[in-house]
Amino acid sequence: MTESEKKLNVVGKSVPRRDGVGHVTGKTVYVDDITFPDMLYLKMVRSPVHHARIKGLDFSAAEEVPGFVRALTHQDVPKNIYTILCLIGVGPDEEPVLAEDKVLYKGEPIAAILAETEDAAVEAASRVIPDLEELPAVFDVEEALKPDAPILKEWGTNHFVYEGHHCRRVRLGDVERAFGEADYIVEERYQTSPIEHAPTETTACVAKPEPNGRYTVYTNTQALYFTLDNTALILQLPFNKLHFVGGTVGGAFGGKVDVIVEPIAILGAMKTGRPVKFRYTREEEMRVSSTRSAWRLYYKDGVMKNGQIIARQITSYADSGAYNRHTPYAVTKHAANVAGPYAIPNVWIDAYCVYTNRQPASAMRGFGVTPASFAIEVQMDKIAETIGMDPWEIRFVNAYRNGDIKPHQKIVEDATLIETMQAAAEMVGHGLSDRSLAMNSWDREKV
Amino acid sequence: MAKLRGTGIAAVNYPTGMNLGGDPSQALIHATTTGTFMISLASTDLGQGLKTVLAQIGAETLGLPFENVLINTGDTDTGPHCMGTFASRATHRVGNAIIMAAEEARKVMMEVAADELEVSPDDLETDGQGNILVKGSPDRSINIVDLALAAHFKYGKTISGRGIYMKPKSDVDPETGKMDPDSTEAHACSVADVEVDTETGEVTVLSLKSAYEGGRQVNPALVKGQIRGGSFMSVSHALYETTAPYYPAPDHSPGSFSEYVIPGPYEAPEIESVVLEYPSVNGPYGAKGVGEMTANSGIPAIINAVSNAIGVRLTEYPVTPEKVLHALEESPNATSH
Repeated sequence: MTESEKKLNVVGKSVPRRDGVGHVTGKTVYVDDITFPDMLYLKMVRSPVHHARIKGLDFSAAEEVPGFVRALTHQDVPKNIYTILCLIGVGPDEEPVLAEDKVLYKGEPIAAILAETEDAAVEAASRVIPDLEELPAVFDVEEALKPDAPILKEWGTNHFVYEGHHCRRVRLGDVERAFGEADYIVEERYQTSPIEHAPTETTACVAKPEPNGRYTVYTNTQALYFTLDNTALILQLPFNKLHFVGGTVGGAFGGKVDVIVEPIAILGAMKTGRPVKFRYTREEEMRVSSTRSAWRLYYKDGVMKNGQIIARQITSYADSGAYNRHTPYAVTKHAANVAGPYAIPNVWIDAYCVYTNRQPASAMRGFGVTPASFAIEVQMDKIAETIGMDPWEIRFVNAYRNGDIKPHQKIVEDATLIETMQAAAEMVGHGLSDRSLAMNSWDREKV
Repeated sequence: MAKLRGTGIAAVNYPTGMNLGGDPSQALIHATTTGTFMISLASTDLGQGLKTVLAQIGAETLGLPFENVLINTGDTDTGPHCMGTFASRATHRVGNAIIMAAEEARKVMMEVAADELEVSPDDLETDGQGNILVKGSPDRSINIVDLALAAHFKYGKTISGRGIYMKPKSDVDPETGKMDPDSTEAHACSVADVEVDTETGEVTVLSLKSAYEGGRQVNPALVKGQIRGGSFMSVSHALYETTAPYYPAPDHSPGSFSEYVIPGPYEAPEIESVVLEYPSVNGPYGAKGVGEMTANSGIPAIINAVSNAIGVRLTEYPVTPEKVLHALEESPNATSH
């Protein structure tokens, strides 16, 4: 322990937040407050259907709109096909900045319109009618994995490939043997929903060309360098041509770690030499921007009469929508947590990242863990009911403790589940058994 | 028709840090000539109060008042790399980077004070009020303003420091899933009380009472803010929010807040909480990440409470009035309601 840790002076004190007054009086400057006199507005031409081949695009009616400046198509984007997690080694590239020959979801951007005013950009974008040949679409994760499903990905399947496997696997012990020894088998199917982040401030950026040849980008990204680096790769620009400014965001919840508005706004600034603002409407935020993935989970547990869970088998499916974004990584985090904060000696997990013709899912608060916590905790109640045990007691019987091994073979440290449950029971005046009251997270021998 | 009441519980863990690690963040710190310490970052405050918490951690390590520390962040031309604000990582990662940078700066600060007071740096301590004192002789001291002026104009020294924190990346074994995904784990246990109107299917969350364990709280008022926001979001997710009301069918997707229903203050339950503190082994001053977790325990607690009230186990969310009415119709005891 260092000298400063012995007696804490500032840490642990509720000092008033410095930005609080600005936030509640409307004085904080957000991206949409930033304007420049010669600034252009960007709006997208979007797919009106869930899945289609693009046969043609006609801009002639859009060009007639007063204030129209120019359009951008995939041919203008230096590296049009990308995947943002390439920065941490996840591939292959599979999402277009602007659609090329196909669209995979309703609302997918096909072309960008730059105009003198936002109204002119909206009007011009509405006059671009893409010539589309509609294709069969798939929306259900299990339907998407059937042999007759329309295939969405060039590699020939509708699932992400994890080092040669169809799914992220976790294996501990022998679930089949344990199911044979169990007094009860408890099975259930769980389903969660796609959810919008609903931040107060919608996704937005302003890209401004500077006289020195660089671009200043005002953005509400959650991750400035991650967005800068991905943008430089998409635009094939030297990284130091980009200067990102942000750091103050009006709510994000994971909805602002995709790299969506910045690359195309900068491209607009490069092509016109003028600042470009691209801000999502609330409708775009809800119908086009990433959502939380919907998850389907199947649990099968082997349980003894005393409440101990001796085997847990889980197959889960994340609905990634049309593209990767962050979902392949969410599935791995999900797999690390989906067995729950319980000590279970035999665990078998198959977690799939599945593509459908839905607006892409991506990161959201609880990244793959929120659906897991939901399914685990409803399943715990179902087990308690099946074997006739109190819902509190079933959780204490199975609670993990420091020194236990998790399904992914990491030794548990910093566990305090037992203490947290004891505190909650005390708070609501629920009487626990003597055994549960005597337990702690460090001393398994004691109880 | 009746109003049925039920209680449900849920207990959860939540990992701190980007899954598998490999997510560095840096901090640079320097003193101005008059003893203000500027911490330069490229980290983002999403509204949770990150800038305040990080200034507290810097002030603590320097041994100086909170007011002496400023945060300069959100600019890639002046701030060193940060992986971003997500995965309940920012307090843990950036806080640790700031401690490393502030320790380096503090070392120089104490050396300059030692020269000025003609003692060994080991004989000095900070008082947290802006003074460096000789241990046991509190009348022999130097104020941080005089110290910083002396460092710059008399000794030609920069009081500055560099910090980085990174959990090395763990690879996943593709056969067994063996991995080291997180730095530490926070915990929560929620108890929900609900009332279900069997005529309309509407669920009212009467109370949501929770215990949390998130390591050392750097700023308890901001932790409380996360708890209130997260608890309310859990009510919203459990009962209201979806972009696909008839999932997996894509129909009726909402396009505005008049269709995408989020509860308002009228629907806010009584929210109560207790917070336990078991300092983590590797967090800054023992802090863990609690941001995401506060929205997780409420969802299953509320759904378990609705199941308890109506006697039918619900296994999907959101539990909209329509779903409650369908569940009641399919229930074997349907006629009794």
